[in-house]
Amino acid sequence: MRNALKKFYIALIFLFLYAPIATLMVLSFNASKTRAKWGGFTFKWYVQLVHNDDILRALGNTLLIALLSSVIATVIGTIACIAMNTMKKRTRTIMMGITNIPMLNADIVTGISLMLLFISFGLRFGMGTILLSHITFNIPYVILSVMPRMKQLNPSVYEAALDLGAPPVTAFFKVVFPDLTPGILSGFLMAFTMSLDDFIITHFTKGAGVDTLSTKIYTEVRKGIKPEMYALSTIIFVAVLVLLLLVNAAPDKKEGKTRV
Amino acid sequence: MSKELIHLNNISKSFDGQMVLDELNLTIHENEFVTLLGPSGCGKTTTLRILGGFATPDTGSVIFDGQDITNLPPNLRPLNTVFQKYALFTHMNIAENIAFGLKIKKKSKDYIADKIRYALKLVNLEGYENRMPDSLSGGQQQRIAIARAIVNEPRVLLLDEPLGALDLKLRQEMQYELIRMKNELGITFVYVTHDQEEALTMSDTIVVMNQGYIQQIGSPESIYNEPENAFVADFIGDSNIISATMIEDKLVSILGTRFACVDTGFGHNKPVDVVIRPEDVELVPPEEGILQGVVSHLIFKGVHYEMEVMAGGFEWLVHSTALHPVGEKVGIRVDPYNIQIMNKPESEDEEAVAIDI
Repeated sequence: MRNALKKFYIALIFLFLYAPIATLMVLSFNASKTRAKWGGFTFKWYVQLVHNDDILRALGNTLLIALLSSVIATVIGTIACIAMNTMKKRTRTIMMGITNIPMLNADIVTGISLMLLFISFGLRFGMGTILLSHITFNIPYVILSVMPRMKQLNPSVYEAALDLGAPPVTAFFKVVFPDLTPGILSGFLMAFTMSLDDFIITHFTKGAGVDTLSTKIYTEVRKGIKPEMYALSTIIFVAVLVLLLLVNAAPDKKEGKTRV
Repeated sequence: MSKELIHLNNISKSFDGQMVLDELNLTIHENEFVTLLGPSGCGKTTTLRILGGFATPDTGSVIFDGQDITNLPPNLRPLNTVFQKYALFTHMNIAENIAFGLKIKKKSKDYIADKIRYALKLVNLEGYENRMPDSLSGGQQQRIAIARAIVNEPRVLLLDEPLGALDLKLRQEMQYELIRMKNELGITFVYVTHDQEEALTMSDTIVVMNQGYIQQIGSPESIYNEPENAFVADFIGDSNIISATMIEDKLVSILGTRFACVDTGFGHNKPVDVVIRPEDVELVPPEEGILQGVVSHLIFKGVHYEMEVMAGGFEWLVHSTALHPVGEKVGIRVDPYNIQIMNKPESEDEEAVAIDI
């Protein structure tokens, strides 16, 4: 009896969590144009989506920005971690605190302040400004996932490589970098997901005529909801889900190695 | 003694305003097993890091085989280090770990394969080529760390408390292994430890350090039997260190009683410290002793009994295989050659500080 209650409770939680998304997914396969009735199963919204140039351009922008911003943020974030690791404990704690604040900051505040900053520098709004803002909010996520790896490193490992004749740069890439890889990889994927996912900050920094998927959906939905948007949202949801699964699976591979 | 290989000249080093090494001078010879021994914070690891190139001295120079290497980076130095926590490369297998230095030096594949085989044989781990470091025990990892260092044919091997993380039994086993490896390789070992037993077992020369100063340099026998000051006497083994007065050559007054000794040249009526090892204190019937006292503590230590005897106002530490129960009246006798006379420390810097480890 108690077990059944427990199961029911869990089912209820999942229902509340996933019912909206499930509804969306179901509707994306609904042949009827109205939400009110089920007109049979169809892929036509997906097909229309693929033939919509605006959507495809927005998709291209989204992927380009996600990829560029996460790569650049990963490089900057990793270098920052190397530097922070050599700091004294007190300074490092302060630096970590400062880098963490942007993550807690409300997106709308970040978005508006970035917009104001770009205006005061006289930058032209477009892909460039979106990219800059995405790099900015991605760096803390990279640092957050690389730093713990960095702290686990045995500092003697780097010294051992030097001792065996490797110049500093070779030593870093041959022995330190491989130990950091799981952290760097999950930081990269997290940044990629965050960038893919962002609407508010992009909305404030994108300028006219440039759209990413999320801002495109927003404009389309204001004009009236088309089933194509259900299909698009479904695709985004599945893509982000897959990425998240990858992020969670990446470190496991290393730690899952058997010890004899 | 063989050729001089390394000179440390007037090395000083401080961290955050704290002096770690003060004008240290040390000469290391070819094919010598030198141990830097001292409590934590005495500067022994810093000395090793200066030798390895991981720290630069504030003043002074490091001369290696006639060349000044003070500012040479570690990757260009002809010495290799075995680190305290092994520092194996966990993403590489054992063979790749050992080959690391040789690949950097662009040695041929055959040469590297030969070297790996040779090194694994030397450390008694043949057939471990394809294992990962994580799958090895602490002792095995330490052997691999040694193998990885020695394949580069360094002229000097630096070892930073390499046995610190191993259990007692394994540590003793590895001490013999290290002596064997050193003899087989015929190179210089510079070994850092705070374990006096390790130092006494393996070294040709022991350098006892405290608070950035060298307290004494000598063979294990001379360090143990003829400590130059109270710190060395106290740090190496147990000892009775007593304030005394040197009345004249070969006669010392300890706790108001005259003892014959063998030391000369300390002057007349000069205050000194004497060291008497607990195993050198003989307990005899009261009437036969130079001093009389009462046994106050008794502990069984396995090989011997450890007793404390209250005599002449001093608690004497005594090791003996014969049992004297608490409360028994005993006489104390010490053979003249077992009394080691030391000058009192002249300055505060030399002042011996006993640190429990």
